[in-house]
Amino acid sequence: VKLRDVVETLGPRLRLRVVADAGEMDKEVTGGYTGDLLSHVIGKAQPGNIWVTVQSHPNIVAVAVMAGLSGIIIVEDAAVDAMTIRKAQDEHIPLFATPLNSYQVVAMLAQAGVAPAE
Amino acid sequence: VRIITPETLRLADEKGIVLVSTPCSMFEACGRLYQMGLESVDIRDAERRSTEERLTELSAKYKQFDIGVKGLRDLEHSQATLREYGRIQELMYELSVCDIMTTKVVTVNPSDSMRHAKELLRLHRISGMPVLEAGRLEGVISIEDVIKALEEHRIDSEVRKRMSRHVVSIGAHERVIEAVRKFSKSGLGRLPVVDESGVLVGILTKGDITGRLITILEPRLEQDVAQKPQFHEVIENLLADEATLTLRYRVVANDFARAGEGSSKIKRALQSLRVPAALIRRVAISSYEAEMNLVIHSEGGYLSAEIGPGQVSIVTEDSGPGIEDVEKAMQPGFSTAPDWVRELGFGAGVGLCNIKRCADEFHLSSAPGQGTLLRAMILLEGEQS
Repeated sequence: VKLRDVVETLGPRLRLRVVADAGEMDKEVTGGYTGDLLSHVIGKAQPGNIWVTVQSHPNIVAVAVMAGLSGIIIVEDAAVDAMTIRKAQDEHIPLFATPLNSYQVVAMLAQAGVAPAE
Repeated sequence: VRIITPETLRLADEKGIVLVSTPCSMFEACGRLYQMGLESVDIRDAERRSTEERLTELSAKYKQFDIGVKGLRDLEHSQATLREYGRIQELMYELSVCDIMTTKVVTVNPSDSMRHAKELLRLHRISGMPVLEAGRLEGVISIEDVIKALEEHRIDSEVRKRMSRHVVSIGAHERVIEAVRKFSKSGLGRLPVVDESGVLVGILTKGDITGRLITILEPRLEQDVAQKPQFHEVIENLLADEATLTLRYRVVANDFARAGEGSSKIKRALQSLRVPAALIRRVAISSYEAEMNLVIHSEGGYLSAEIGPGQVSIVTEDSGPGIEDVEKAMQPGFSTAPDWVRELGFGAGVGLCNIKRCADEFHLSSAPGQGTLLRAMILLEGEQS
């Protein structure tokens, strides 16, 4: 499933806002990972996973690059600063925001067929 | 070319080190190496101290003054720009000093105090400035003058008593290459720029030459990217000769905005070397965690990737404060990160475990009050045990 498909199918239900598409909406989503502790994410998320987190500071982009993630969904309307958005564009990491919480987002992603990380 | 002693020759022979001598300057030699694609060149003096170490020593000695930071920034700046050295040289014959000089000049009066001059240098992050009286160029005052004044407890004396009156200046319409010659002949760090009637119209530093020329060059370079030597080709040739390429990045304590940049660059370098993705991932995790440890816990230090035949080592070194109990630090979930850092999602206490899990060989040494040295080696071939 492509990132674009996830956004198209779940966009309205997740009230998803595309913060930075980074020109990478055709990336393949291999599954998902959720967590706010960066060391856990970088150690356990698999390449191509979409990451659901409440963190929104610029370093999440570095984590996504290192772990080779397909994109980041920032939950609970956390304020995303300009530096995070710029880094996301520069590093080709698509960034989304939603007012929903991690649990709700993950539940819907799973329903839509995005499998959890093994 | 300096005299190479028989002892050096004997040692080189014994250790299998190739010695090459050249009549060209360090600047030129580095420029050529960068042109070849060598990103990191370690320059050391007779006592085996690097330029950075010497600057750090100076800044520690003169705590009142910010010369260490300033110096290091300059160094990084020139490293990044040296790469296009060849093209820069061409431009030096093309452009005039007035094309690249700084026109907003910070100046000081002869009757001002050295303390005032020190503040100006610090505020504007510059290493020297012209001394003007009623628009006339009277002399030049530099960081060295300030340091000497501090050493001699003369920081409240007038600038006119401490400045150098012998001013080497350059005409606004002279070629940039003339400025380069004047820099290397005089050993000066900056040249006041004057018009035909001798009035100050700007200032030129060595940094302006590399920095500004690059800005002018960039659009031109984009057109002939194809001609640039390919990074991975150079490296592959080097690796065949059993060389180790070291990529070294300075990591600043608590700089969360830039944290992770060194690791990103290492990852990109390995991708261009066509290292398999699964191995890059292990290197990337190790380097990121090690880099974040420097940002969160250390007083700042260096992150290096040593790329050798069949292996990559991630090395971090810092100057303190050191780890109380290394064994405890290795336990999953143990962290000394402050609460505000944890709120950002760092300090989960599994960073070191992540590194150890990814590495084929892991080494951590530290003691309180001293620095910490971490080395994680990842084999590029074969299975991880």
